[in-house]
Amino acid sequence: MTGQAKEETSRTANAVAADLPLVRVKDLDVIFDAGRAGFWGGKRLQVHAVEKVSFDIHPGETLGLVGESGSGKSTTGRAILGRVPVSAGTIHFQGKDITHAGKETVRALSRHMQLVFQDPYASLNPRMKIIDIVAEPLLVHGIVKNTKEAAGEVAQLLELVGLPPDAGARYPHAFSGGQRQRVGIARALALKPQFIVADEPVSALDVSIRAQVVNLMQDLQARFGLAYLFIAHDLAVVRHISHRIAIMYAGNIVELADRHLIYESPVHPYTKALLSAVPVPDPPVQRARQRIICPGEAPNPMHPPAGCRFQSRCPYVTQTCRDTAPDLTRRGPGQTAACWNC
Amino acid sequence: MNDSRKTPLLEVRNLVVNFYTRGGVVQASRGVSFQVEHGQTLGIVGESGSGKSVAVQAVMGLISNPGRIEGGDIFFMGQSLLDPAGRKFVRKVRGKDIAMIFQDPMTSLNPVFTIGTQITEVLRHHLGMTRDQARKRAMDLLDLVDINAPEKRLTQYPYEMSGGMRQRVMIAMALACEPRLIIADEPTTALDVTIQAQILELLADLQQRLQVSVILITHDLGVVAQLCHRVAVMYAGRIVEVGDADQVFASPVHPYTKGLIRATPRLDVITERMVSIDGVPPDLISPPRGCAFSPRCDQAKQDCLRSQTLTPLGDDRHVSCWCAIKEGTR
Repeated sequence: MTGQAKEETSRTANAVAADLPLVRVKDLDVIFDAGRAGFWGGKRLQVHAVEKVSFDIHPGETLGLVGESGSGKSTTGRAILGRVPVSAGTIHFQGKDITHAGKETVRALSRHMQLVFQDPYASLNPRMKIIDIVAEPLLVHGIVKNTKEAAGEVAQLLELVGLPPDAGARYPHAFSGGQRQRVGIARALALKPQFIVADEPVSALDVSIRAQVVNLMQDLQARFGLAYLFIAHDLAVVRHISHRIAIMYAGNIVELADRHLIYESPVHPYTKALLSAVPVPDPPVQRARQRIICPGEAPNPMHPPAGCRFQSRCPYVTQTCRDTAPDLTRRGPGQTAACWNC
Repeated sequence: MNDSRKTPLLEVRNLVVNFYTRGGVVQASRGVSFQVEHGQTLGIVGESGSGKSVAVQAVMGLISNPGRIEGGDIFFMGQSLLDPAGRKFVRKVRGKDIAMIFQDPMTSLNPVFTIGTQITEVLRHHLGMTRDQARKRAMDLLDLVDINAPEKRLTQYPYEMSGGMRQRVMIAMALACEPRLIIADEPTTALDVTIQAQILELLADLQQRLQVSVILITHDLGVVAQLCHRVAVMYAGRIVEVGDADQVFASPVHPYTKGLIRATPRLDVITERMVSIDGVPPDLISPPRGCAFSPRCDQAKQDCLRSQTLTPLGDDRHVSCWCAIKEGTR
């Protein structure tokens, strides 16, 4: 336990000392090959999943990444972890360029960056005991030789995430969704990373359980100075956990701002529509709210329009929007947005 | 609506549904009772496994092996849907007077038939329309749910449409025979937020215009707040609280309802910490004695081990909780 305490202080010290961002993503492009089209298969199809995405994440900070399905939010998270190839742009971790890191480097990096998955049912091997699941990263990195050696460490981790001490001997099926997500978090913490990409970690959980997991993640952050990239589509949850929030639409970040600014003075029309689309669980308030119904749907990622990708659904669209895509520009302290007309 | 002499459109009385699985008998619905009045929207909320879907599947006759309806009754316009003597009535009613919209529009539409075939099938079967009549009506229906170029859409297959568009088609199919009751089981859960907003708006508009009754099943209290007149909260196979939606949200009585409302994060309120309900829902193979929520309830006492039923608590509120009932009578 003393070792852990030392670890803690050194980590907080790191967090204070470094004004350098932990993660810096600059002009990130991810393009997926989508096979060929046409009778002779002559036309190559491409999906531009992420386009010109830039952001920083500082030690101990949570950046919420919000978007609807297909907006590229998960792809962005996976690109940082080296799990999808980057087509253009750069990713720096602790000042080091890791954009095109090789297999070995990615493996070494995984000690510092971990992933928590969305589906706690699919992300745990049903044939492995909890102790083996949580100890696996330690084994892979050669920190321990066998699971037995890791028993003490695993017990600590399980306690840390609020699981009973006997959990290690059981299999995933014995646990509920919320408890499984705790196992996933324990596994991610095993290597004492500084940065965790949490890809919709609470979307699959029920309301009463969701709060338990979000609170746990916040406690762990306060304790270890962790930085999170918290990917979600639920704006209400993101508001609670994030320090800053990036809104993605069809592969672009359309607005990036401190969390209170996103909710109190959103700039981009998509952010506004998204916020107004989330119903408030209070009937009189919800009836009184002004709702912006944003018509239509997100563009086909294989044939995105030229110019701003939100143009087909935007009430303020002009010719400029159809011709040129706007860049993120500063709209005030702690707020940037990509829009010509707002 | 307040006329008690009028029979409710739908009445579910003490419904018991059990599923016979290898692990044991899962008591999915343990005596569920609720009513739906004409032109009213009832929201049924609950977390996964609370039995909210099972209750309405029983209404639609969708409980099949290993599930069995083992108690209670369901009345539609005063007639039993479970009485074996009334089979003919049941066949006429289901799909015509009671229509259902499912959660996942991709799996609930048949992938190998065009949208047109699937809508006209309903019309020809239930209303005996000719091919041409049905086609015309199908176009009107697609228009009603705000799908543009309906003529072209009729010839398309489900895969050619987006999720939101498919859900609109599902709604059009549900409306085809001018039902009196629409059961929507998590109709927007699979959709993105901005698309959900479109569909909710459409449902509210249609409900108003056509004066149908709606049962909306959801786990999202926000959706209930936007659409429902009344709300029933389910926990572990039972309704724990039911009443006027505004009142239930403003002053929840049952500790679970209170917890659920507090645990739902709100966009318009900042709190530093999310509120959770400790513990997990019980296993329905061996549900706890008495109140199923008592192991997670901070007000639980000895009384809670005795089984209790929904008890009226003034206005139109019914609650199943010993503590709340005592407070109310005091």
